[in-house]
Amino acid sequence: MKINREMVESIGNGVILLGRSATHLPTLPRQYKRVLEQCLQIGYKTAPLVFILCFCIGGVLALQVGDGFRNYGFKQYIGSIVGLAMVRELGPVMAAIIVAGRVGSAITAELASMRVYQEVDALRTMNIAPERVLVLPRLVAILLTMPFLTIMSVLAGWLGGALVAQYEPSIQLDYSTFFQVMKNFVKVEALTDGLIKGQVFGFCVVLICCNVGLLTKGGPREIGHAVTRAVVASIICILFLDYFVTKAIL
Amino acid sequence: MSPTKSPSPVSVDVRGVRKSYAGHEVLHDVTFTVQPGEIFVIMGPSGSGKSVLLRQIIGLERPDGGEILIAGLNASAESTHAKIRTGLVFQSGALFNSLSVFDNCAFYLKEHRLYDKATIRDKVMEALRMLSLENAAHKSPAELSGGMKKRVAVARALVMEPQLLLYDEPTSELDPIMAATVAELIATVREETHLTSIVVSHDRDVALTIGDRVALLMNGTIKALDKPSAIRASKDPVVCSFLNPQIDLNNPRFRKE
Repeated sequence: MKINREMVESIGNGVILLGRSATHLPTLPRQYKRVLEQCLQIGYKTAPLVFILCFCIGGVLALQVGDGFRNYGFKQYIGSIVGLAMVRELGPVMAAIIVAGRVGSAITAELASMRVYQEVDALRTMNIAPERVLVLPRLVAILLTMPFLTIMSVLAGWLGGALVAQYEPSIQLDYSTFFQVMKNFVKVEALTDGLIKGQVFGFCVVLICCNVGLLTKGGPREIGHAVTRAVVASIICILFLDYFVTKAIL
Repeated sequence: MSPTKSPSPVSVDVRGVRKSYAGHEVLHDVTFTVQPGEIFVIMGPSGSGKSVLLRQIIGLERPDGGEILIAGLNASAESTHAKIRTGLVFQSGALFNSLSVFDNCAFYLKEHRLYDKATIRDKVMEALRMLSLENAAHKSPAELSGGMKKRVAVARALVMEPQLLLYDEPTSELDPIMAATVAELIATVREETHLTSIVVSHDRDVALTIGDRVALLMNGTIKALDKPSAIRASKDPVVCSFLNPQIDLNNPRFRKE
Protein backbone atom coordinates (compact mmCIF):
# COMPACT_ATOMS: atom_id res chain seq x y z
CA MET A 1 0.00 0.00 0.00
CA LYS A 2 2.81 2.34 0.96
CA ILE A 3 4.68 1.50 -2.26
CA ASN A 4 1.56 2.24 -4.34
CA ARG A 5 1.12 5.58 -2.60
CA GLU A 6 4.79 6.48 -3.13
CA MET A 7 4.51 5.53 -6.79
CA VAL A 8 1.41 7.69 -7.30
CA GLU A 9 3.10 10.56 -5.46
CA SER A 10 6.21 10.22 -7.62
CA ILE A 11 4.17 10.24 -10.83
CA GLY A 12 2.23 13.26 -9.57
CA ASN A 13 5.44 15.07 -8.68
CA GLY A 14 6.84 14.25 -12.10
CA VAL A 15 3.81 15.74 -13.81
CA ILE A 16 4.02 18.87 -11.64
CA LEU A 17 7.74 19.16 -12.39
CA LEU A 18 7.03 18.90 -16.11
CA GLY A 19 4.28 21.54 -15.87
CA ARG A 20 6.50 23.91 -13.90
CA SER A 21 9.36 23.43 -16.32
CA ALA A 22 7.06 24.11 -19.26
CA THR A 23 6.06 27.48 -17.78
CA HIS A 24 9.69 28.56 -18.17
CA LEU A 25 9.85 27.77 -21.90
CA PRO A 26 9.95 31.48 -22.81
CA THR A 27 13.32 31.73 -21.01
CA LEU A 28 14.82 29.06 -23.27
CA PRO A 29 16.57 31.38 -25.77
CA ARG A 30 18.65 32.98 -23.01
CA GLN A 31 19.52 29.56 -21.62
CA TYR A 32 21.05 28.29 -24.84
CA LYS A 33 24.48 27.87 -23.24
CA ARG A 34 23.05 25.57 -20.59
CA VAL A 35 21.19 23.61 -23.26
CA LEU A 36 24.38 23.24 -25.33
CA GLU A 37 26.31 22.12 -22.26
CA GLN A 38 23.68 19.49 -21.54
CA CYS A 39 23.65 18.41 -25.19
CA LEU A 40 27.39 17.81 -24.85
CA GLN A 41 26.92 15.79 -21.66
CA ILE A 42 23.89 13.85 -22.83
CA GLY A 43 24.65 13.41 -26.51
CA TYR A 44 28.31 13.70 -27.38
CA LYS A 45 29.68 11.92 -24.31
CA THR A 46 27.08 9.14 -24.45
CA ALA A 47 27.45 8.40 -28.15
CA PRO A 48 30.56 6.15 -27.92
CA LEU A 49 28.92 3.94 -25.33
CA VAL A 50 25.73 3.68 -27.39
CA PHE A 51 27.80 2.79 -30.45
CA ILE A 52 29.77 0.04 -28.71
CA LEU A 53 26.72 -1.54 -27.08
CA CYS A 54 24.56 -1.53 -30.20
CA PHE A 55 27.41 -2.65 -32.44
CA CYS A 56 27.85 -5.71 -30.22
CA ILE A 57 24.12 -6.35 -29.99
CA GLY A 58 23.77 -6.15 -33.77
CA GLY A 59 26.66 -8.58 -34.19
CA VAL A 60 25.32 -11.06 -31.67
CA LEU A 61 21.84 -10.79 -33.18
CA ALA A 62 23.23 -11.59 -36.63
CA LEU A 63 25.10 -14.54 -35.18
CA GLN A 64 22.01 -15.89 -33.43
CA VAL A 65 19.72 -15.39 -36.40
CA GLY A 66 22.34 -16.70 -38.82
CA ASP A 67 22.84 -19.85 -36.79
CA GLY A 68 19.10 -20.54 -36.88
CA PHE A 69 18.51 -19.55 -40.51
CA ARG A 70 21.43 -21.22 -42.25
CA ASN A 71 20.00 -24.69 -41.67
CA TYR A 72 16.87 -23.70 -43.57
CA GLY A 73 18.57 -21.78 -46.32
CA PHE A 74 17.19 -18.42 -45.15
CA LYS A 75 20.48 -16.79 -44.29
CA GLN A 76 19.95 -13.99 -46.82
CA TYR A 77 17.15 -12.75 -44.52
CA ILE A 78 19.53 -12.02 -41.63
CA GLY A 79 19.71 -8.42 -42.81
CA SER A 80 15.96 -7.99 -42.60
CA ILE A 81 15.76 -9.40 -39.06
CA VAL A 82 18.73 -7.41 -37.77
CA GLY A 83 17.54 -4.29 -39.62
CA LEU A 84 14.00 -4.37 -38.29
CA ALA A 85 14.94 -5.46 -34.77
CA MET A 86 17.47 -2.66 -34.43
CA VAL A 87 15.38 0.08 -35.92
CA ARG A 88 12.05 -0.76 -34.32
CA GLU A 89 13.11 -2.13 -30.96
CA LEU A 90 16.69 -2.63 -29.89
CA GLY A 91 18.12 0.67 -31.12
CA PRO A 92 15.78 3.01 -29.23
CA VAL A 93 15.52 0.76 -26.17
CA MET A 94 19.26 0.24 -25.83
CA ALA A 95 20.00 3.92 -26.43
CA ALA A 96 17.46 4.84 -23.73
CA ILE A 97 18.90 2.31 -21.28
CA ILE A 98 22.38 3.72 -21.83
CA VAL A 99 20.98 7.22 -21.32
CA ALA A 100 19.36 6.04 -18.07
CA GLY A 101 22.56 4.44 -16.83
CA ARG A 102 25.05 7.06 -17.88
CA VAL A 103 23.16 10.34 -18.10
CA GLY A 104 20.21 9.67 -15.78
CA SER A 105 22.40 8.54 -12.91
CA ALA A 106 24.62 11.60 -13.31
CA ILE A 107 21.60 13.93 -13.39
CA THR A 108 20.10 12.39 -10.25
CA ALA A 109 23.43 12.45 -8.43
CA GLU A 110 24.00 16.10 -9.29
CA LEU A 111 20.50 17.32 -8.44
CA ALA A 112 20.27 15.18 -5.30
CA SER A 113 23.58 16.53 -4.10
CA MET A 114 22.45 20.10 -4.86
CA ARG A 115 19.30 19.41 -2.87
CA VAL A 116 21.08 17.81 0.08
CA TYR A 117 23.70 20.55 0.26
CA GLN A 118 21.02 23.28 0.05
CA GLU A 119 22.04 24.62 -3.36
CA VAL A 120 18.47 24.14 -4.55
CA ASP A 121 17.24 26.07 -1.51
CA ALA A 122 19.75 28.80 -2.33
CA LEU A 123 18.25 29.04 -5.83
CA ARG A 124 14.77 29.39 -4.39
CA THR A 125 15.87 32.13 -2.00
CA MET A 126 17.24 33.97 -5.04
CA ASN A 127 13.80 33.70 -6.61
CA ILE A 128 15.24 31.49 -9.35
CA ALA A 129 13.11 28.44 -10.06
CA PRO A 130 15.21 25.24 -10.04
CA GLU A 131 12.91 23.93 -12.79
CA ARG A 132 14.09 26.74 -15.04
CA VAL A 133 17.85 26.36 -14.64
CA LEU A 134 18.18 22.69 -13.71
CA VAL A 135 15.35 20.80 -15.41
CA LEU A 136 14.27 22.64 -18.55
CA PRO A 137 17.74 22.71 -20.21
CA ARG A 138 18.11 18.96 -19.63
CA LEU A 139 14.67 18.15 -21.04
CA VAL A 140 15.35 20.23 -24.13
CA ALA A 141 18.81 18.73 -24.52
CA ILE A 142 17.49 15.17 -24.48
CA LEU A 143 14.88 16.07 -27.10
CA LEU A 144 17.64 17.49 -29.30
CA THR A 145 20.15 14.69 -28.85
CA MET A 146 18.03 11.58 -28.54
CA PRO A 147 17.29 11.31 -32.29
CA PHE A 148 21.04 11.25 -32.99
CA LEU A 149 21.64 8.64 -30.31
CA THR A 150 18.80 6.49 -31.66
CA ILE A 151 20.05 6.75 -35.24
CA MET A 152 23.58 5.99 -34.10
CA SER A 153 22.40 2.95 -32.15
CA VAL A 154 20.54 1.65 -35.20
CA LEU A 155 23.46 2.24 -37.55
CA ALA A 156 25.90 0.65 -35.09
CA GLY A 157 23.65 -2.40 -34.80
CA TRP A 158 23.38 -2.72 -38.58
CA LEU A 159 27.13 -2.37 -38.95
CA GLY A 160 27.82 -4.97 -36.27
CA GLY A 161 25.31 -7.34 -37.87
CA ALA A 162 26.73 -6.85 -41.35
CA LEU A 163 30.33 -7.45 -40.19
CA VAL A 164 29.41 -10.63 -38.36
CA ALA A 165 27.32 -11.84 -41.31
CA GLN A 166 30.25 -11.25 -43.67
CA TYR A 167 33.13 -12.56 -41.61
CA GLU A 168 31.58 -15.25 -39.43
CA PRO A 169 32.66 -18.52 -41.14
CA SER A 170 29.35 -20.21 -40.39
CA ILE A 171 27.33 -17.45 -42.10
CA GLN A 172 29.42 -15.71 -44.78
CA LEU A 173 26.73 -13.40 -46.13
CA ASP A 174 28.18 -10.47 -48.07
CA TYR A 175 27.37 -6.85 -47.22
CA SER A 176 25.49 -6.12 -50.38
CA THR A 177 22.98 -8.96 -49.85
CA PHE A 178 22.69 -8.09 -46.17
CA PHE A 179 21.82 -4.45 -46.87
CA GLN A 180 19.81 -5.15 -50.03
CA VAL A 181 17.42 -7.49 -48.20
CA MET A 182 17.32 -5.11 -45.25
CA LYS A 183 16.37 -2.27 -47.61
CA ASN A 184 13.38 -4.27 -48.86
CA PHE A 185 12.02 -4.75 -45.36
CA VAL A 186 12.99 -1.63 -43.43
CA LYS A 187 10.77 1.26 -44.50
CA VAL A 188 10.93 4.90 -43.50
CA GLU A 189 7.95 4.34 -41.18
CA ALA A 190 10.01 1.85 -39.17
CA LEU A 191 12.70 4.48 -38.69
CA THR A 192 10.21 7.16 -37.61
CA ASP A 193 8.62 4.68 -35.20
CA GLY A 194 12.03 4.02 -33.69
CA LEU A 195 12.74 7.73 -33.40
CA ILE A 196 9.40 8.34 -31.70
CA LYS A 197 10.15 5.58 -29.22
CA GLY A 198 13.59 6.97 -28.54
CA GLN A 199 12.21 10.46 -27.92
CA VAL A 200 9.55 9.21 -25.52
CA PHE A 201 11.97 6.99 -23.60
CA GLY A 202 14.72 9.60 -23.37
CA PHE A 203 12.35 12.34 -22.26
CA CYS A 204 10.82 10.12 -19.55
CA VAL A 205 14.26 9.03 -18.31
CA VAL A 206 15.45 12.62 -17.87
CA LEU A 207 12.16 13.68 -16.25
CA ILE A 208 12.26 10.76 -13.80
CA CYS A 209 15.90 11.36 -12.93
CA CYS A 210 15.39 15.10 -12.40
CA ASN A 211 12.31 14.40 -10.29
CA VAL A 212 14.02 11.85 -8.07
CA GLY A 213 17.05 14.11 -7.68
CA LEU A 214 15.03 17.15 -6.66
CA LEU A 215 12.96 15.15 -4.16
CA THR A 216 16.00 13.73 -2.36
CA LYS A 217 16.23 14.47 1.35
CA GLY A 218 18.80 13.52 3.93
CA GLY A 219 22.54 13.06 3.50
CA PRO A 220 25.15 11.45 1.26
CA ARG A 221 23.68 7.96 1.71
CA GLU A 222 20.35 9.15 0.33
CA ILE A 223 22.13 10.50 -2.77
CA GLY A 224 23.31 6.97 -3.56
CA HIS A 225 19.85 5.56 -2.91
CA ALA A 226 18.29 8.21 -5.12
CA VAL A 227 20.60 7.34 -8.02
CA THR A 228 19.75 3.64 -7.74
CA ARG A 229 16.03 4.42 -7.48
CA ALA A 230 16.12 6.74 -10.48
CA VAL A 231 17.96 4.30 -12.74
CA VAL A 232 15.74 1.37 -11.76
CA ALA A 233 12.58 3.45 -12.21
CA SER A 234 13.84 4.68 -15.58
CA ILE A 235 14.58 1.20 -16.90
CA ILE A 236 11.23 -0.16 -15.71
CA CYS A 237 9.52 2.86 -17.27
CA ILE A 238 11.33 2.23 -20.58
CA LEU A 239 10.22 -1.41 -20.63
CA PHE A 240 6.59 -0.61 -19.77
CA LEU A 241 6.40 2.31 -22.16
CA ASP A 242 7.94 0.16 -24.87
CA TYR A 243 4.83 -2.01 -24.95
CA PHE A 244 2.36 0.86 -24.97
CA VAL A 245 4.25 3.04 -27.44
CA THR A 246 4.73 0.03 -29.76
CA LYS A 247 1.01 -0.73 -29.56
CA ALA A 248 0.16 2.89 -30.24
CA ILE A 249 2.35 3.26 -33.33
CA LEU A 250 1.79 -0.19 -34.90
CA MET B 1 30.87 48.67 -1.64
CA SER B 2 28.31 51.08 -2.91
CA PRO B 3 25.11 49.15 -2.74
CA THR B 4 22.01 50.46 -4.36
CA LYS B 5 19.72 52.01 -1.84
CA SER B 6 16.81 49.65 -1.19
CA PRO B 7 13.41 50.93 -2.30
CA SER B 8 12.23 50.81 1.28
CA PRO B 9 13.04 48.69 4.29
CA VAL B 10 10.46 46.05 5.09
CA SER B 11 8.91 44.84 8.30
CA VAL B 12 8.52 41.19 9.26
CA ASP B 13 5.57 40.01 11.37
CA VAL B 14 5.80 36.55 12.83
CA ARG B 15 2.44 35.66 14.35
CA GLY B 16 1.83 32.51 16.35
CA VAL B 17 4.02 30.36 14.12
CA ARG B 18 4.01 26.62 14.76
CA LYS B 19 6.03 23.98 12.96
CA SER B 20 6.33 20.25 13.58
CA TYR B 21 8.35 17.48 11.98
CA ALA B 22 7.10 13.91 12.35
CA GLY B 23 4.96 14.88 15.32
CA HIS B 24 7.77 16.75 17.08
CA GLU B 25 6.93 20.42 17.55
CA VAL B 26 9.99 22.53 16.74
CA LEU B 27 8.32 25.95 16.85
CA HIS B 28 5.50 26.66 19.24
CA ASP B 29 3.51 29.87 18.97
CA VAL B 30 6.45 32.09 18.02
CA THR B 31 5.42 35.73 17.77
CA PHE B 32 7.50 38.86 17.21
CA THR B 33 7.74 41.82 14.88
CA VAL B 34 10.88 43.07 13.19
CA GLN B 35 10.75 46.76 12.39
CA PRO B 36 11.87 48.07 8.99
CA GLY B 37 15.63 48.61 8.95
CA GLU B 38 16.17 46.83 12.22
CA ILE B 39 18.88 44.27 13.00
CA PHE B 40 17.01 41.61 14.88
CA VAL B 41 19.10 38.87 16.42
CA ILE B 42 17.75 35.45 17.35
CA MET B 43 19.87 33.55 19.83
CA GLY B 44 19.31 30.15 21.28
CA PRO B 45 20.87 26.77 21.89
CA SER B 46 21.37 24.24 19.12
CA GLY B 47 18.14 22.56 18.10
CA SER B 48 15.94 25.34 19.45
CA GLY B 49 14.39 26.00 16.03
CA LYS B 50 16.31 29.10 14.90
CA SER B 51 17.19 27.84 11.43
CA VAL B 52 13.71 26.36 11.01
CA LEU B 53 12.26 29.78 11.78
CA LEU B 54 14.48 31.37 9.11
CA ARG B 55 13.28 28.80 6.56
CA GLN B 56 9.69 29.79 7.29
CA ILE B 57 10.49 33.50 6.93
CA ILE B 58 12.33 33.09 3.62
CA GLY B 59 9.48 30.95 2.28
CA LEU B 60 11.36 27.65 1.89
CA GLU B 61 8.78 25.99 4.16
CA ARG B 62 5.24 26.81 5.21
CA PRO B 63 4.38 27.06 8.90
CA ASP B 64 1.84 24.51 10.18
CA GLY B 65 0.04 27.30 12.03
CA GLY B 66 0.18 31.07 12.35
CA GLU B 67 1.48 33.36 9.65
CA ILE B 68 4.53 35.33 8.63
CA LEU B 69 4.14 38.62 6.82
CA ILE B 70 6.89 40.50 5.02
CA ALA B 71 5.76 44.08 4.47
CA GLY B 72 2.22 42.82 4.97
CA LEU B 73 2.58 40.05 2.34
CA ASN B 74 2.46 36.34 3.06
CA ALA B 75 6.04 35.05 3.33
CA SER B 76 5.01 31.60 2.07
CA ALA B 77 3.86 32.98 -1.29
CA GLU B 78 6.42 32.95 -4.11
CA SER B 79 5.03 36.25 -5.36
CA THR B 80 6.10 37.96 -2.14
CA HIS B 81 9.74 37.10 -2.77
CA ALA B 82 9.37 38.25 -6.36
CA LYS B 83 8.12 41.66 -5.17
CA ILE B 84 10.46 42.03 -2.22
CA ARG B 85 14.11 41.19 -2.61
CA THR B 86 14.98 38.77 0.18
CA GLY B 87 18.18 36.85 0.82
CA LEU B 88 19.49 34.18 3.13
CA VAL B 89 23.07 33.46 4.13
CA PHE B 90 23.01 29.72 4.76
CA GLN B 91 24.88 28.26 7.67
CA SER B 92 26.66 25.83 5.35
CA GLY B 93 27.19 28.48 2.68
CA ALA B 94 25.14 26.52 0.10
CA LEU B 95 27.47 27.71 -2.66
CA PHE B 96 26.96 26.37 -6.17
CA ASN B 97 29.78 23.86 -6.48
CA SER B 98 29.81 23.91 -10.26
CA LEU B 99 30.47 27.67 -10.36
CA SER B 100 33.50 29.73 -9.37
CA VAL B 101 33.36 32.11 -6.42
CA PHE B 102 32.88 35.02 -8.83
CA ASP B 103 30.06 33.29 -10.70
CA ASN B 104 28.39 32.31 -7.43
CA CYS B 105 28.26 35.94 -6.42
CA ALA B 106 27.22 37.17 -9.86
CA PHE B 107 24.57 34.48 -10.38
CA TYR B 108 21.60 36.39 -8.98
CA LEU B 109 22.36 39.60 -10.86
CA LYS B 110 22.98 37.73 -14.12
CA GLU B 111 19.88 35.56 -13.87
CA HIS B 112 17.64 38.52 -13.13
CA ARG B 113 19.52 40.65 -15.67
CA LEU B 114 19.78 43.56 -13.27
CA TYR B 115 22.97 45.17 -14.60
CA ASP B 116 25.33 45.05 -17.53
CA LYS B 117 28.40 42.79 -17.37
CA ALA B 118 30.83 45.51 -16.30
CA THR B 119 28.62 46.69 -13.45
CA ILE B 120 28.08 43.14 -12.25
CA ARG B 121 31.84 42.56 -12.29
CA ASP B 122 32.45 45.74 -10.30
CA LYS B 123 29.79 44.95 -7.72
CA VAL B 124 30.97 41.38 -7.23
CA MET B 125 34.63 42.32 -6.96
CA GLU B 126 33.80 45.04 -4.47
CA ALA B 127 31.87 42.63 -2.29
CA LEU B 128 34.69 40.10 -2.51
CA ARG B 129 37.24 42.77 -1.60
CA MET B 130 35.24 43.73 1.49
CA LEU B 131 35.47 40.17 2.69
CA SER B 132 39.14 39.75 1.70
CA LEU B 133 38.22 37.28 -1.01
CA GLU B 134 39.41 39.07 -4.14
CA ASN B 135 42.17 36.48 -4.67
CA ALA B 136 39.66 33.65 -4.47
CA ALA B 137 37.38 35.00 -7.19
CA HIS B 138 38.27 32.31 -9.69
CA LYS B 139 38.55 29.43 -7.27
CA SER B 140 35.87 26.80 -7.04
CA PRO B 141 34.01 26.38 -3.73
CA ALA B 142 35.67 22.97 -3.28
CA GLU B 143 39.03 24.74 -2.95
CA LEU B 144 37.86 26.97 -0.08
CA SER B 145 38.04 26.49 3.67
CA GLY B 146 34.84 26.48 5.73
CA GLY B 147 35.37 30.07 6.82
CA MET B 148 36.02 31.24 3.27
CA LYS B 149 32.85 29.53 2.07
CA LYS B 150 30.93 31.37 4.75
CA ARG B 151 32.40 34.69 3.63
CA VAL B 152 31.56 33.95 0.00
CA ALA B 153 27.99 33.21 1.10
CA VAL B 154 27.84 36.58 2.83
CA ALA B 155 29.30 38.30 -0.25
CA ARG B 156 26.79 36.55 -2.51
CA ALA B 157 23.92 37.72 -0.33
CA LEU B 158 25.21 41.31 -0.21
CA VAL B 159 25.56 41.44 -3.99
CA MET B 160 21.84 40.68 -4.20
CA GLU B 161 21.13 44.05 -2.56
CA PRO B 162 18.20 42.65 -0.62
CA GLN B 163 15.54 44.53 1.31
CA LEU B 164 15.42 41.75 3.88
CA LEU B 165 18.53 39.71 4.62
CA LEU B 166 18.58 36.69 6.88
CA TYR B 167 21.85 35.37 8.26
CA ASP B 168 22.06 31.83 9.61
CA GLU B 169 25.08 31.73 11.91
CA PRO B 170 27.13 34.17 9.82
CA THR B 171 30.14 34.09 12.14
CA SER B 172 30.40 30.39 12.91
CA GLU B 173 33.62 28.76 11.64
CA LEU B 174 35.28 32.19 11.34
CA ASP B 175 38.33 33.33 13.26
CA PRO B 176 37.66 36.15 15.78
CA ILE B 177 38.97 38.89 13.47
CA MET B 178 36.88 37.73 10.50
CA ALA B 179 33.86 37.23 12.77
CA ALA B 180 34.24 40.84 13.90
CA THR B 181 34.60 41.94 10.25
CA VAL B 182 31.40 40.16 9.27
CA ALA B 183 29.59 41.64 12.28
CA GLU B 184 30.78 45.12 11.29
CA LEU B 185 29.72 44.41 7.74
CA ILE B 186 26.20 43.45 8.80
CA ALA B 187 25.87 46.68 10.75
CA THR B 188 27.47 48.83 8.03
CA VAL B 189 25.35 47.41 5.24
CA ARG B 190 22.24 48.09 7.29
CA GLU B 191 23.31 51.70 7.80
CA GLU B 192 24.05 52.23 4.13
CA THR B 193 21.10 50.43 2.63
CA HIS B 194 18.58 50.47 5.47
CA LEU B 195 17.79 46.84 4.83
CA THR B 196 16.11 44.77 7.49
CA SER B 197 18.35 42.08 8.93
CA ILE B 198 17.48 38.99 10.93
CA VAL B 199 20.56 37.31 12.32
CA VAL B 200 20.62 33.88 13.92
CA SER B 201 23.76 33.59 15.97
CA HIS B 202 25.36 31.72 18.81
CA ASP B 203 27.97 34.39 19.09
CA ARG B 204 26.99 36.33 22.19
CA ASP B 205 29.34 39.24 21.53
CA VAL B 206 28.18 39.65 17.94
CA ALA B 207 24.52 39.35 18.90
CA LEU B 208 24.64 41.87 21.71
CA THR B 209 26.83 44.28 19.76
CA ILE B 210 25.08 44.57 16.42
CA GLY B 211 21.50 43.71 17.36
CA ASP B 212 18.91 46.46 17.83
CA ARG B 213 16.86 43.84 19.62
CA VAL B 214 17.65 40.30 20.63
CA ALA B 215 15.28 37.37 21.02
CA LEU B 216 16.16 34.24 22.92
CA LEU B 217 14.54 31.19 21.35
CA MET B 218 14.51 28.06 23.49
CA ASN B 219 12.56 24.85 22.92
CA GLY B 220 10.63 26.47 20.11
CA THR B 221 9.37 29.48 22.07
CA ILE B 222 10.63 33.00 22.62
CA LYS B 223 11.90 33.15 26.22
CA ALA B 224 13.12 36.74 26.10
CA LEU B 225 12.93 39.62 23.64
CA ASP B 226 14.49 42.97 24.38
CA LYS B 227 17.26 45.43 23.61
CA PRO B 228 20.80 44.05 24.07
CA SER B 229 21.37 46.16 27.17
CA ALA B 230 18.22 44.78 28.79
CA ILE B 231 19.08 41.23 27.81
CA ARG B 232 22.55 41.67 29.23
CA ALA B 233 21.10 43.02 32.50
CA SER B 234 18.39 40.38 32.72
CA LYS B 235 18.08 38.50 35.99
CA ASP B 236 16.07 35.72 34.39
CA PRO B 237 17.97 32.52 35.27
CA VAL B 238 17.31 31.03 31.79
CA VAL B 239 18.78 34.11 30.07
CA CYS B 240 21.69 34.33 32.52
CA SER B 241 22.46 30.64 32.14
CA PHE B 242 22.51 30.93 28.34
CA LEU B 243 24.56 34.12 28.19
CA ASN B 244 27.01 33.26 30.95
CA PRO B 245 27.31 29.50 31.16
CA GLN B 246 29.60 28.44 34.00
CA ILE B 247 31.96 25.58 33.33
CA ASP B 248 31.81 23.40 36.40
CA LEU B 249 34.23 20.51 36.08
CA ASN B 250 33.17 19.07 39.43
CA ASN B 251 29.49 18.99 38.56
CA PRO B 252 29.19 18.67 34.75
CA ARG B 253 25.84 19.28 33.07
CA PHE B 254 25.73 15.97 31.26
CA ARG B 255 25.78 14.22 34.65
CA LYS B 256 22.81 16.33 35.82
CA GLU B 257 20.85 15.58 32.65
